[in-house]
Amino acid sequence: MSGMLNSTIARKVAMALSAIFLLIFLLQHFIINFTSVISENTFNELSHFMGTNILIQFVMQPILIFAVVFHFVMGFILEIKNKKARNIKYASFKGSTNTTWVSRNMIYSGLVILAFLVLHFIDFWLPELNYKYIQFNPEDPTRYYHELVEKFHNPIRVGAYVVAFVLLALHLLHGFQSAFQSVGLNNKFTPALKTFGKYFAIIIPLGFIFIALFHHFNH
Amino acid sequence: MNLKLKIWRQKDANTKGKMVEYPIAGIEEDMSFLEMLDVLNEELISKGEEPVEFDHDCREGICGACSLQINGEPHGPDRGVTTCQLHMRMFKDGDTITIEPFRATAFPVIKDLIVDRSSFDRIQQAGGFISVNTSGNTIDANSIPVNKDDADKSFNAATCIGCGACVAACKNASAMLFTAAKVSQFALLPQGQIEATDRVLNMVKQMDEEGFGNCSNTGACEIECPKGISLENIARMNREYLSASLKK
Repeated sequence: MSGMLNSTIARKVAMALSAIFLLIFLLQHFIINFTSVISENTFNELSHFMGTNILIQFVMQPILIFAVVFHFVMGFILEIKNKKARNIKYASFKGSTNTTWVSRNMIYSGLVILAFLVLHFIDFWLPELNYKYIQFNPEDPTRYYHELVEKFHNPIRVGAYVVAFVLLALHLLHGFQSAFQSVGLNNKFTPALKTFGKYFAIIIPLGFIFIALFHHFNH
Repeated sequence: MNLKLKIWRQKDANTKGKMVEYPIAGIEEDMSFLEMLDVLNEELISKGEEPVEFDHDCREGICGACSLQINGEPHGPDRGVTTCQLHMRMFKDGDTITIEPFRATAFPVIKDLIVDRSSFDRIQQAGGFISVNTSGNTIDANSIPVNKDDADKSFNAATCIGCGACVAACKNASAMLFTAAKVSQFALLPQGQIEATDRVLNMVKQMDEEGFGNCSNTGACEIECPKGISLENIARMNREYLSASLKK
């Protein structure tokens, strides 16, 4: 057990587990955000619950931050080792004949998503921390919807949002099934899992883009 | 057909290499790729030049000796074949063909197109075996019942010839498919259970120490493998590794 954390397989499994956690987080984030399109009150109620529940705020949120940071840091660590593993490059390397573009460029789609998360942190999370833990403003269960709508007024922000979610879709197109392969799941259910993963990778990011565009053009 | 070859020439392991162009004429489409290189070497020798060094042995796709990255793909553009089984009919008259050694830090070039693949041997030596008592009371392997599905999967894993195409094709120069095949062929059989825990831990440790990259699950290895070794073996090795890590 002691040497496990140093091995290439253990790192990939840890990377995959953080990815699966983030996939679940992404799904719940999407479901809550999507309610903003349907009902202002529902969105406010759910956001208020997420923003004030002790378990979510002080247990799940730190786990989420750890998973995000871990996923990116481990991604860089793995990439450094990968680069070292081929010290002399090929004069000709036709990766496109045997792999997809998305699978070969996970680090680049990941970097765009990282840049987006920094923006997202500044946009949503910092004001939230400021509101609750610095200003100590009284809790207002109706504020969330208006804060969301206001963010999507700026077309540049919406544009960045769209680009980031297109890259997230590309990242998930490979990452979803790759995570399950890394944890050792490759059996008769794998074709179905791959198909589900492709739908997930396209529908969820497209849904986020739809929410951003909906609020931009309707308010 | 007439071709232009761009070939990696490197005097020895310590000298920097470079791509050198060689025009070659009169190549028959029924020739194998290695026969085409034989023709080139005959010409070079007749001109008093150093022939191009490349690995080969059985020339029938079972020994795993031949390698070569041909036009950006290990064993060339055909599928399910080694370089010795690649035929010149896969190319057209006037084509330029780039020929390089398999590239990986763990596969250092010895000369020209020959690489040192003894890192694979060391991975095998770390655990790719079973211990059988040969004191005269050896039990016939066939006397132990084996599930047909497991036997087939084990046999398929055992068809790995250790050529290194998986490493050459992988963008990360990962040896996961090779190591996984060698782990799987025993993990699926009752004879392999006794040393299963140590086997996977030691082989993966050796693989890491050799400097191979990580598996990004791109699947290039499976596609380029001349024996069609499946990615299922990598998933199986990961399961074996996790289970063994919890036991140790």
